Amino acid sequence: MKKLLTATAAAALLAGTAQADDHEVKLGIILGFTGPIESLTPHMAAGAEMAMSEVTESGKLLDGMSVMPVRADSTCIDAGAASAAAERLITSEGVKGIMGADCSGVTGAILSNVAVPNGVVMVSPSATSPALSTAEDNGLFFRTAPSDARQGEVMATILMERGMEEVALTYTNNDYGKGLADSFAKAYEDKGGTITINAAHEDGKADYSAEVGALASGGGDLLVVAGYVDQGGSGIVRSALDSGAFDTFHFPDGMIGTALEENFGDEIDGSTGQHPGTDSPGVAKFQEMVGDSFEATSPFAPESYDAAALIMMAMQAAGSVEPGDYKDHVMDVANAPGEKIYPGELGKALEIIAAGGDVDYVGATAVELIGPGESAGNYREIIFEDGKIETVKYR
Amino acid sequence: MIDFLNAIVALSNFVLVPAVTYGSQLALGALGVTLIYGILRFSNFAHGDTMAFGTMVTILVTWGLQAGGVSFGPLPTALLALPFGIMACMALVLVTDRLVYRFYRDQKAKPVIFVIVSIGVMFIMNGLVRFIIGPGDQRFADGERFIISARDFKEMTGLREGLALKTTQGITVVTAVIVVALLFWFLNRTRTGKSMRAYSDNEDLALLSGINPDRVVMVTWLIVAALATVAGALYGLDKSFKPFTYFQLLLPVFAAAIVGGLGSPLGAIAGGYVIAFSEVMITYAWKKVLTYLTPEALEPDGLVQLLSTNYKFAVSFVILLIVLLFRPTGLFRGKAV
Repeated sequence: MKKLLTATAAAALLAGTAQADDHEVKLGIILGFTGPIESLTPHMAAGAEMAMSEVTESGKLLDGMSVMPVRADSTCIDAGAASAAAERLITSEGVKGIMGADCSGVTGAILSNVAVPNGVVMVSPSATSPALSTAEDNGLFFRTAPSDARQGEVMATILMERGMEEVALTYTNNDYGKGLADSFAKAYEDKGGTITINAAHEDGKADYSAEVGALASGGGDLLVVAGYVDQGGSGIVRSALDSGAFDTFHFPDGMIGTALEENFGDEIDGSTGQHPGTDSPGVAKFQEMVGDSFEATSPFAPESYDAAALIMMAMQAAGSVEPGDYKDHVMDVANAPGEKIYPGELGKALEIIAAGGDVDYVGATAVELIGPGESAGNYREIIFEDGKIETVKYR
Repeated sequence: MIDFLNAIVALSNFVLVPAVTYGSQLALGALGVTLIYGILRFSNFAHGDTMAFGTMVTILVTWGLQAGGVSFGPLPTALLALPFGIMACMALVLVTDRLVYRFYRDQKAKPVIFVIVSIGVMFIMNGLVRFIIGPGDQRFADGERFIISARDFKEMTGLREGLALKTTQGITVVTAVIVVALLFWFLNRTRTGKSMRAYSDNEDLALLSGINPDRVVMVTWLIVAALATVAGALYGLDKSFKPFTYFQLLLPVFAAAIVGGLGSPLGAIAGGYVIAFSEVMITYAWKKVLTYLTPEALEPDGLVQLLSTNYKFAVSFVILLIVLLFRPTGLFRGKAV
């Protein structure tokens, strides 16, 4: 029995060493496969894995190295579980970089508890909290999603341009809602707007008439709802319409989805909104590549593809898979100067980098990293006409 | 004068109408709690989930009827499905009583044991409902949405403020009045109702005078199931159905029953309205109403809101505490807790 155990252990050891050979690098994908955004994460993970297999098939990464994705569950809300999952990826799987995490709260937790102590690069496709811009990261943290500080400004600009100088504001009571509401309130008041009332709402309530009563008392040209379309946000809108408190609204990204058209249709005609989006040709190429294998239009799926692609191109530029070496090259490959790289051209990009050339990764979401390594952010401004979401313009 | 009318309309739209509706729903829930407390002598913590179960069956039958093309004209189809929900809920509580509560009744267990047992029952019902219909939001209201919508009201009266009256709000109040009238008629006029009250007042004396305790218990459960289902279905129609919110409803429902005086049906109704009005009025921002009422120079700048709406549930807690401290038997002299 003892011999058998030793033999198994030895075999396991051998297998372990065999996996860590020179021709394979592992990248972690930490997303909330369970929890509040579990319907989005499969598409996000598929996007990242598509970029990895594209690179593996090209055989151009550091002399034909293959890239192995390893998934782990961030749960989106449980910082302890997310940190444990990340710890496992780094210590037992030996990943050299992390595509993730998704929700702002767990992303911050993984960054400070696991990624920074272990010196591993993280590129989040979807964490938008402004607080992450100033987090202590030793240059290890990047995101292909824009900070909500930027969205707050875009939102303020849109409203001022439309002549809305007095609005009521309600936000969902969590990191996302509070962060967005704060950045919007600041930007809007700097531009001379007035917020008549700034009130939180809890998700998952059956009745929002008390909240809407207070909002109506504040009054204003329209109501800004920084919430979730599948949650309290729609409840607020329904209640505001029913009681006649407001009939036009402004929606940030968490509220925009087909559910909004289905729930309200032409009742909210004239309402406006914005969400991350771009008219760059990268989107169409990405959708074409994806085909039917998963939903290319699902939120943050293209951002995930870009996040994974950035890690691999930075590795190529550094000539090393070690996070400490390649972290300084992420900004270089993401921004100009250099040849523009669209989805499906990762092999070409690796070739250019290997030959000593420069690339400017555009990818599926027109990536442009600014400041502390976050997307500059392109937004699609929308308006409701005849119960449908119509694009006004991109900004 | 116009300003005064505008103030009244704004107040009705955002305070009076929602509070009366919510109060009626709470009153129906509290009646069930108070009946159990008065006759079976324990606080039934499973009441919120009993409401959820009855509502769930109503919703499932409603969907069936909608799929079969049955409708109730301008009224919600759910009203047609309500009797099925009530019957299923009756079956559930009778089975629960047979399997669980009767065992402890035969042992003459103390009320605190019953309370703990009812918490166990609550968790099981909770799981049952989630298992069958899922934890998410369900909407099942159909038919005409408004008796009068805010926009129509403004056009009709020419006032600046609108008054919206939803069909479900109207139905809630009308149904509550009918149900309460029926209940009081039953308790005060029928032989079974009188025997229930006798059993509640003095169990031993009632047994001596030949009242069948099993029958009293059964009838009580049947009535409670009906009340719970009606309260739950009205709440779900007016707002939306989600198992977790029904679990949360337990607090205001109990607050209503205790404020009114546990064991007193009249108290439960009064308590329901007291809780509902306090929740809505204390968290309402009075700026709009005051702006109409006061001369321009005195117009308030702030929102004139006592408490943010986040603290809505805290209001029922505070009222509960005050009542328990100063008048433990409740407004209508029920039993002390």
